[in-house]
Amino acid sequence: MTTMQRLSRVNAINWNRLQDDKDLEVWNRLTSNFWLPEKVPLSNDIQSWNTLTQQEKQLTIRVFTGLTLLDTIQSSVGAPVLMEDARTPHEEAVYTNIAFMESVHARSYSSIFSTLCTTRDVDDAFRWSEENPTLQAKSELILERYRSDDPLMRKVASVFLESFLFYSGFYLPMYWSSHAKLTNTADLIRLIIRDEAVHGYYIGYKFQQALAEATPERQQEVKDYAYELLLELYDNEVRYTESLYDEVGLSEDVKKFLHYNANKALMNLGFEPLFPSSVTDVDPTIMAALSPSADENHDFFSGSGSSYVIGKAVATEDDDWSF
Amino acid sequence: MLVDAAAESSSAGSIVYFSTKSGNTHRFVQKLGLAAQRLPIGREEPTLRVTTPYILITPTYGGGEVKGAVPGQVIRFLNDEHNRRLIRGVIAAGNTNFGDAYGLAGRIISEKCHVPLLYRFELFGTDDDVARVRKGVEEFWKRQT
Repeated sequence: MTTMQRLSRVNAINWNRLQDDKDLEVWNRLTSNFWLPEKVPLSNDIQSWNTLTQQEKQLTIRVFTGLTLLDTIQSSVGAPVLMEDARTPHEEAVYTNIAFMESVHARSYSSIFSTLCTTRDVDDAFRWSEENPTLQAKSELILERYRSDDPLMRKVASVFLESFLFYSGFYLPMYWSSHAKLTNTADLIRLIIRDEAVHGYYIGYKFQQALAEATPERQQEVKDYAYELLLELYDNEVRYTESLYDEVGLSEDVKKFLHYNANKALMNLGFEPLFPSSVTDVDPTIMAALSPSADENHDFFSGSGSSYVIGKAVATEDDDWSF
Repeated sequence: MLVDAAAESSSAGSIVYFSTKSGNTHRFVQKLGLAAQRLPIGREEPTLRVTTPYILITPTYGGGEVKGAVPGQVIRFLNDEHNRRLIRGVIAAGNTNFGDAYGLAGRIISEKCHVPLLYRFELFGTDDDVARVRKGVEEFWKRQT
């Protein structure tokens, strides 16, 4: 199927002899991003949680349960199969970090639950997750690729999980945050969102490296498969989104967030975005919730940017840049 | 490369950019189709020395800290006072997933070099980003002369 060279034996890993600098760059980035849920004062959200209606609480718990399932898949199946396909020992090591952080993410949702929710509501949501057809369908679509013997499609599925499938879920805490609700929970979710960006970027990079070595026919085939899988996942995401968000009237806005992130997932794979800007115009309050303390936008060209003031130039030295 | 020759002959400024092996910024610059020079990727290679005013396009590194956000190769290029004198603006690539740190390298360079942060884009940019930057850069140079 492919000529990709897997690692055939285990040698002691030497981080001072790199085959690919990107491995160390990403390792450093991931390890410096390391965090644990205990760092976030979730209990400060208890009061806010109690202002939600029963329906809103149920929606939130279900959304987080769905996210937990994706993190669990990525940690226990996704990252390990990518490890099997690794081309360098350092790439393998990066996947061990990804696997562990996905476990931290999954663990975090349980921290949110134990802090804010009743056991009964949480148990109900886990039961719901096991029976929900669209959630199970997305899990199956991904697991099918992970079980296949195609290293390229495994990476495609993995990038779609990291950079696309999470976002029907991430939308909700950003929405609450934009309404000044569950703001500590949103802080925690932002840490997860940051991690997933690095995961999607790195797996996408490794995908592009491997794809470049394939024949033009094979490249075309994989590209077709990738778009096909994306559309299949997208159709399912739309159904999943509607089943969750219709009752609170947010489905259409969530879909814009899906389009926006589907485009980014494709770009991580090196493919052109699919959805036109007319359907990726995510509500600005959601985009603002992603970067809560940024107080300016930088579209200097359109003249809508914030004021720019010329200051006095200072000499630049390496130390200045803290590099 | 067509780009270097064009940079010499153009009266307007050019683009100087850095892109790692992942090539996202490189791809964005290619789509722009404007005169451009790429900074060397290797840390041991000598950096560029520019001769005309330019707009710098750079990715953002790291996970949100100021430290390490600007790629070392870009720092090395800007540490040359001659190069720094010719910068007129900066465009930064990044990812909104990094929240407040989206395009942070651009903000740091903007503050350090006292030039405007002109635009931010994600990964290799959408067609809309390319069109906006192409038009924006053209008008920017007109205003400069």
